[in-house]
Amino acid sequence: MLRVEDLHVSVDGTSIIKGLTLTINRGEIHVIMGRNGAGKSTLANVVMGHPAYEITSGEIHFQGRPLDELAVFERARAGMFLSFQYPAVIPGVQVGTFLKKSVASVRDDPPKGRAFRKELNEAMSKLEMDKSFLSRYVNDGFSGGEKKRLEILQMLLLKPSLALLDETDSGLDIDALRIVSKGINEIAPEAGCLIITHYQRLLDHVKPHYVHAMIDGAIVKTGGPELALELEERGYDWLDAAA
Amino acid sequence: MSEEAFEAVGDYKYGFHDPENHTIRFDKGLSEQVVRDISELKNEPQWMTDIRVKAYRHFEERAMPDWGNCNLLESINFENVTYFLRSSNQTEKNWDDVPDDIKNTFDRLGIPDAEQKWLGGVTAQYESEAVYHSIREDLEEQGVIFLDMDTGLKTHPELVKKFFGTVVPHSDNKFSALNTAVWSGGSFIYVPKGISVEMPVQAYFRINAKNMGQFERTLIIADEGSTIHYVEGCTAPSYSTDSLHSAVVELVAMEGAKIRYSTVQNWSNNVYNLVTKRAVAHKNATVEWVDGNIGSKLTMKYPSVLLKGEGAHAEVISVAYAGEGQHQDAGAKVHHLAPNTTSNILSKSISKNGGRSSYRGMLQVMPKASGCRSKVVCDALILDETSRSDTYPTMEIGNSSADLEHEASVSKVSSEQLFYLMSRGFTEEAAMGLIVNGFFEPFTRELPMEYAVELNKLLELEMEGSIG
Repeated sequence: MLRVEDLHVSVDGTSIIKGLTLTINRGEIHVIMGRNGAGKSTLANVVMGHPAYEITSGEIHFQGRPLDELAVFERARAGMFLSFQYPAVIPGVQVGTFLKKSVASVRDDPPKGRAFRKELNEAMSKLEMDKSFLSRYVNDGFSGGEKKRLEILQMLLLKPSLALLDETDSGLDIDALRIVSKGINEIAPEAGCLIITHYQRLLDHVKPHYVHAMIDGAIVKTGGPELALELEERGYDWLDAAA
Repeated sequence: MSEEAFEAVGDYKYGFHDPENHTIRFDKGLSEQVVRDISELKNEPQWMTDIRVKAYRHFEERAMPDWGNCNLLESINFENVTYFLRSSNQTEKNWDDVPDDIKNTFDRLGIPDAEQKWLGGVTAQYESEAVYHSIREDLEEQGVIFLDMDTGLKTHPELVKKFFGTVVPHSDNKFSALNTAVWSGGSFIYVPKGISVEMPVQAYFRINAKNMGQFERTLIIADEGSTIHYVEGCTAPSYSTDSLHSAVVELVAMEGAKIRYSTVQNWSNNVYNLVTKRAVAHKNATVEWVDGNIGSKLTMKYPSVLLKGEGAHAEVISVAYAGEGQHQDAGAKVHHLAPNTTSNILSKSISKNGGRSSYRGMLQVMPKASGCRSKVVCDALILDETSRSDTYPTMEIGNSSADLEHEASVSKVSSEQLFYLMSRGFTEEAAMGLIVNGFFEPFTRELPMEYAVELNKLLELEMEGSIG
């Protein structure tokens, strides 16, 4: 589904990702852990197509197509989703309107009218979100936890085939973490998931197939769930030699 | 539509025009004789002729404003304007009696449809005069007067004489003088004491002819404890030569009355829109101007409220969109003349493709007006490097007990907002459209729903084909 090959990325001339290779198949949950500045968020953003990042060499393929052919909105329509670490505020645009338009833009056969409302209600109750969310403005005055919940709600409604989750677990209390995990587990069987995190605790709720340690722009070690525990316990210094 | 016409129109979907059929058309140009001819043609009382002539003389002497957009103002050729054009011999009460061309135009603008669904009354003005007018029977039975201004003068001369020019004197500015001299059409409304008109009444102003001057005159009197919501819309064909729209609107809100006046101005980009709108609010009265400016070449318009009675309240919400070749010089003026009066001004503007928007505001608190409160917020959104936004706020505070707030902001659409929306499937244009609609939301939520939807569509259209 997603194939990243010897990827090199820079921002404003500074090299951030330096030879990263990764393949994610349908139904697989991948976790990337690493220090701040290792290039984790850059990877998620560059896959989604953020204009600030420049791919200097290497390739990304999504569903067999080279990604550089696709504009950001086309990636979304092709089934890619990024849960933002810091979602943007869109003043004056109600969540309900935004969700409806987004679903209509992304999904091939979007539910309309009553069918949409039904789907929306179900997703919101799964995520224990109050209906009053819908009349608020997108991320405007939202707490950190509310923003993350809205990201997961969008993910459930857009039904992506590839979900990139950029530190979606950061700053969440235990209840919110449980709810967010529920959302991830719901889409996981039919999608590829790439979870970027600092913490092992999300993995109490979501069982990854692969855990990757990222250091200085490259994956230096890959293992199963046990690697996440080890990284949290030992830190990353012991891997520096491998980088 | 011909290819040439389409080119001129571009994205402006109201830019079509009808053949120019008319029963009376004055030659271009302005003189005292033209003013007298208009008055005679309308069979007006002598006092009105006298006011017109006096106003014309003042117009001749009065200098152009030395602020706003002086270059554009100086480029107006008053000799190349048609000051009176009658396109139908009478004002009809039934759409079927309106000449076909004109009826089709209003059909395309959705007026008869809106009237059936949610309006209490409609006036449709085409060129200089109303071609259609009607009011719901139940309102008429309650004594509500809703007429076009010409008919108002004929049937209620005392009432018109009592209030005409009392809120906006002819000598207020050059364009109020011009309007007073050559006015034609507009609305006349009187709401009796204690009557609350629940459904909005609407006036729609359409210019069809080239080089047309439209000078409607509106007077709304809301008697004690009454309420009314008046909505106006306007469009014109796109021509390569200019038209002039110069209206005067006077509102009188008596004790405890409430007037809301909503405008969605969508003139084509060859129309000079130079309008004087002012209200007087007596004791505990409320006046609300909800003023949207999307079209025109140059708009200079600052809805004003004189808070004359204790406890009166003014609300001015205005938005302006300035695209290519447009200058929106808009804002608000509030004069606190009495104690414990309050006001809120919210102004939002968007500039794009080299467009220019200016906020020009005046807040005045007179020495005797103690305990006043006012809040002014102006936000500007600039969509590209070639566009411009300016703010010219003036405050004259004569009473130190006043509680005043003023906030101003200028912002740009951030690349993070665009990326976020595009990652949710929106094209760049759609993302811009959504951000712009959100920016104007504090305005659109105050409009009747049908207008809000229309305005949002309009703005989305403006965002199309504009991102390179």
